[in-house]
This record gives sequence, C-alpha cells and structure tokens, in this order.
Amino acid sequence: MMAEEVKLFRSWSSPFPLRVIWALELKGIPYEVILEDLSNKSSLLLHYNPIHKKVPVLVHNGKSIAESLVILEYVEETWKQTPSLLPEDPYERAMERFWAKFGDDKVLPSLWNVFIKQGKDQEEAMVPAQENLTYLEELLRGKNFFSGERIGFLDLAFGWLANMVSVFEEVMGATVLDNQKLPSLSAWMKNFMDAPIIKESWPPRDKLITKHQALRQAHIEKEAPK
Amino acid sequence: MAKSDVKVLGAWPSPFVMRPRIALNLKSVDYEFLQETFGSKSQLLLQSNPVHKKIPVLIHGDKPVCESLIIVQYIDEVWTSGPSILPSDPYERAIERFWAAFVDDKLFPSLRLMRGAEGEEKKAVVEQLTESLVLLDEAFEKCSKGKPFFGGDGIGYIDIALGSILGWLRVTEKISRVKLLDEAKTPRLVKWADRFCADGAVKDVMPETDKLIEFNKMLMAKMKGAPPNQ
Repeated sequence: MMAEEVKLFRSWSSPFPLRVIWALELKGIPYEVILEDLSNKSSLLLHYNPIHKKVPVLVHNGKSIAESLVILEYVEETWKQTPSLLPEDPYERAMERFWAKFGDDKVLPSLWNVFIKQGKDQEEAMVPAQENLTYLEELLRGKNFFSGERIGFLDLAFGWLANMVSVFEEVMGATVLDNQKLPSLSAWMKNFMDAPIIKESWPPRDKLITKHQALRQAHIEKEAPK
Repeated sequence: MAKSDVKVLGAWPSPFVMRPRIALNLKSVDYEFLQETFGSKSQLLLQSNPVHKKIPVLIHGDKPVCESLIIVQYIDEVWTSGPSILPSDPYERAIERFWAAFVDDKLFPSLRLMRGAEGEEKKAVVEQLTESLVLLDEAFEKCSKGKPFFGGDGIGYIDIALGSILGWLRVTEKISRVKLLDEAKTPRLVKWADRFCADGAVKDVMPETDKLIEFNKMLMAKMKGAPPNQ
C-alpha cells in the first residue's frame, strides 16, 4: 500500500483550515502543515488552488481539494475510521449540511458586520447577528454538541465561534452573545474550547487580538465621515 | 411510495427549484410540484423553511429539506436504486462539490449583477462571467473524460448545478446582447448545454427562454414600481 501523503495549507489565524486540522486530528491521520503568509502566497498554494487562491487546501497523494466544508466531507469519506463526523441517516446529514451553510452564509457575515462597525450602525447590525445566534441556541437545546453526544461535522463547522466571539467582543468592547439569553450556546462554546485536541489548536490569543484590533481600526477609518 | 409522499415547493422560473426536480426525475421518483404564487409566500413554505423562507423545499413524508444542492445530495442518498448523481470516489465527489459551489458562489452572483449593468460595469461583469465559464469549460474536459456530461454517461451533480442556470444565462444573453456561452471560448459547454437541455430528466422542467424573458419583464416592472427596501 502506498504511503499516504497528506499536506494541509493553512495560515496562522484563519479559522477555516482549523476545521480540517480538527478532523484530521480527531481521526488520527498524520499530516504535514504548510504555513502560508496570505499577504505573500506561495507558488505552491497558487498551483494547488488556482481558482480561489485561499487556505485551506488539502493535498492527498498529490491531489488537491479546496473549500473547508468540501474537504471535511472528503476526509470523512476517505478515512472511514472512527469517529465518524457525519450521521448515517440522510435526513440528519442534510440537516448538518444546512446548518453548516447557515453558519458560513449568515452567522459569520452578520457577526463580522457587528465587529467592523460602531455606534448606531453597530446597534443595527446586532439585530440580525443575535437572531442568527438564537437559531444556534435552539439547535443545541438538550444536546451537548451540535452533532449530538460528541463532536461532529456541525461542531467543526461552528468551531470558530468558540474563540472568535470572545476575540471580537474584547476588541470592540461590546457584547454580542449574551450568556444569559443563550445558555446552551455559551456552554457549548466552553466545552468545545476546552475539548481534547481542540484546545491545543487555537492560534495565540494575543496575536489574534492585535490582528483584529488593526482590522477593526481599518474598517472604522474607511467608514469615517471625511 | 405514494406521489404525495414527495413534494417540491417551488416555482417554474427558478433555477434552484429545477435542481431537485431534475434529481427526482433521474431517480424516477414521482412527486407533487406545489407552485408558490409570485409575490407571496404560502403557509407551507413559511412552516417548512422558517429560516430562509425560500424555495425550493423538498418535503419527504413530513420532513422538509432546504437549500437546492443539499436537497440534491439528500435525494441521491435516499433513492439509491436509481442512477447515482454523485460519483462514489471521494476525490471525484470533492471535485463535483467544489464546482457546484463555484456555480453558486461565483457564477450565479455575477449573472445577477448583469441585471441593469451598463457601460464599464457591464464590461467588468461580462469579463468575470466569461472567465468563470471558461474555467467550467476546462473543468468539463477533466470531469467528463470524453463522455457527454460532467457526470460521465449520465447527468451528475455539476450538470444539475450548472445546467439549471442555462435558462437565465440565455435570457441574459438576449436582454444584455452579449454572448456568454461561445463556440470560440467555451466550445465544450456549448455542446454540453444542448445535450443537457435535451435530456429526458431535464426537458420538461427547463423553462423556455421566451417564457423566462416574459417573466423577467414582469419582474422588472414590479421591481420598478416597488417601494424601496423591497
């Protein structure tokens, strides 16, 4: 049997490659990390992801796959050892895919929209963001994890919330996720944050704070009345 | 399974609604097509898709499934006796999912930007669209491996994702007077498009371009008359 060669292109801070790292680690698949500086992309990255030029990219025995949720499904289908990331039942799978898409299409952009604004604009942006978070609260009701009793696809898809919400809140000096109103979601964030394997993977918080301070500043300056 | 066990909530002009219909046709699954009235949303739609309130929705038994590509995957996984829509090899599946996402995240939004675009803006959007279509033309070469469809001998996942856009692509070509699918730039897609539209699973659900143009006129008129923030 040919030796497996698994490479993962990531940046130090992007949450999307983390999804793949979690999946590979949970399944015990050895892999090599290629760290990219996204302001100076390597020719190798551009070769393996010419269309989007983004991380993550998984290269398995020379074949490249891009788009984090696509890669997660690939990992699940290729390495069938436990833990399985997706449920067996097609309806349950459809539900996890639906909510993962909701996370990327709605939750993340709406939280980002709160993060880059201030004053009245930020207040207005809070409304859809909090509505979206309330859906997640309802999803979690009665469960330890989005996928059920243990970490699965949907937890990996939402994993970025566990550390990024507190980074956003610290940098902008405002609360978007009310622990009292969203107790299940708050509990999940703590559990996921501290889960074995997951807890070793977070990028350095101080670096994340500095980076996001600069990002928020840049956006606010752009929007400032001249 | 009784016909009423499978319902598709949708509307004939929507490319996204076409996708589950083609998938069900490929699997020879009978279904009831419940059309929404344009301009209003039925109670059934609001109940079945409370999060997005959008079509299509597949209702199987009493369980709703939303988001067109997620529905297509669901159909593929439930009705396993029919032809497969996604291939069995994980890498090939990943490639198909990648390109289907490309259609929705890059191609379709550019197509929408054509609406009302003029001058420099129009030029830029046409360039973007052409670039995307050329990439898909190249992808066709790799995925089809000499066979008639992205999916090989029969219609597959990318065929459904991209093919469902053809109606509106042709409308855009007519209304904006541009050539998007072009024998010179996208020769494989031109031939593939004809094969796709002629396929038994597609031809009864693909709306005629003229009907779509009429529908578009009505849409434009309504949008002009609509209050802001509609």
